[in-house]
Amino acid sequence: MAEKILEIRHLSKTFGKNVVLRDIDFSVCPGDVTCIIGASGSGKSTLLRCINFLEEPTAGDIVYHGRNLMEDRMNEASYRAKVGMVFQSFNLFNNMTVLKNCMVGQMKVLKKDKETAKKNAMYYLEKVGMAPYINAKPRQLSGGQKQRVAIARALAMEPEVLLFDEPTSALDPQMVGEVLAVMRKLAEEGLTMMIVTHEMAFARDVSNHVVYMANGVIVEEGEPKQIFGNSQNPQTKEFLSRFVKG
Amino acid sequence: MPTTFWGRVLMLLDGYSMSFLRGAGVTMAIALVGTFIGCVIGFAVGIVQTIPVSKSDNIVKRIILKIIHFVLAAYVEIFRGTPMMAQAMFIYFGSAAVFHINMSMWFAAFFIVSINTGAYMAETVRGGILSIDPGQTEGAKAIGMNHFQTMVNVIMPQALRNIMPQIGNNLIINIKDTCVLSIIGTVELFYTTNGVAGAKYLYFESFTIAMVIYFILTFTCSRILRWWEGKLDGPDNFDLATTDTLKHTSGMYKYPSGTKEEED
Repeated sequence: MAEKILEIRHLSKTFGKNVVLRDIDFSVCPGDVTCIIGASGSGKSTLLRCINFLEEPTAGDIVYHGRNLMEDRMNEASYRAKVGMVFQSFNLFNNMTVLKNCMVGQMKVLKKDKETAKKNAMYYLEKVGMAPYINAKPRQLSGGQKQRVAIARALAMEPEVLLFDEPTSALDPQMVGEVLAVMRKLAEEGLTMMIVTHEMAFARDVSNHVVYMANGVIVEEGEPKQIFGNSQNPQTKEFLSRFVKG
Repeated sequence: MPTTFWGRVLMLLDGYSMSFLRGAGVTMAIALVGTFIGCVIGFAVGIVQTIPVSKSDNIVKRIILKIIHFVLAAYVEIFRGTPMMAQAMFIYFGSAAVFHINMSMWFAAFFIVSINTGAYMAETVRGGILSIDPGQTEGAKAIGMNHFQTMVNVIMPQALRNIMPQIGNNLIINIKDTCVLSIIGTVELFYTTNGVAGAKYLYFESFTIAMVIYFILTFTCSRILRWWEGKLDGPDNFDLATTDTLKHTSGMYKYPSGTKEEED
């Protein structure tokens, strides 16, 4: 087995007395495409945000390349540059053009010069099919276009792992299609991804690892074939029964 | 002495137009510089006041931040809470009497207006920062930007746009409020007008001229700022960076089809 990039051990998160995550364990290896599924409020997004330290985990370990970040905190900024994130609400910088959005992180965080940053940004914008729109501002784009730019922005940082927090939940079916197509292509190219999603067909077809969460715990995890086709867990079966197998 | 009102106004303009212009120039200089420095102070205070404090930070950093926050809050409250005229007297004469600092009148004028504007702008900037969607901060954090980079590159440019009307407000207030500096002997428009009026004993006529000048100054500034605001918004349309404008770049994917479709 290849070296693990990320290992999550006994992670828990509470907001006041409200326990959102309980004793979460799992790991991510290079090339893994992990889909996290489950009902809203089951803690999926919080888990992803904890991995990126957008939320501070309450207890447990997050081990990145053998280094326990909960005890030995590396620079948050340089960690986040390696573990990128794509949001449900895109969060593109409204004051910048599409191109600037994809360049600013490379220039300010990775200290690349303008030419290199631009070339790199164009490469990834090309990949998500947004290259013609480099001069547009986010408010001039549709949701699907914004999300594809957001993916390009995250990719331009050349992260080791890319976290997707419900990337298609704010989109109409056609836009969902364009975004998922991009993500499918990235998966085929071997990008390591963790995806919180409600797109069951995508989880089944594209991922190599599915995690089903409910009430802040991992109920079942395994290969998509097993989870979707042959789950023995009553909770998982109940949840997936609403998803018409197509 | 002309017998009509307008005749007397013309006579004053004829004799004292240079004095009025110089007074208006001083007023504008103090208002512009004071507003600019005030904005810089406001932005600096705004950035510092929004530094997030998390429990994982070490104790020294938290204590230092606490102290800085307290000092900044005190600054804002004291300068917002006392009249500028009293501050002018206090600073100008107090600095000479207590600290034996002989401030030049110019320095005192710029200092007082800047520090006052700064106190107001600090709150305005804080409001501007709060008005920006937290998602913008998260987006910046997620690509590894630190607080300062996030503020300078992402939040401030957007906050600046949102508080532009308030900056304009402050500039106009400053143009008018520089007249309180006449109390420490700053020869601005009000002081000049008062002198002219006293010399000729023509108060109504002199202040008519002053009012017109003040109005021209404030009105011009507010129009210029409005135009600038429009510019900050940028154009409503954009050019596609492709020679083939009929080529669509969205909606060409199918899902789930299982087959790869390369975009061409």
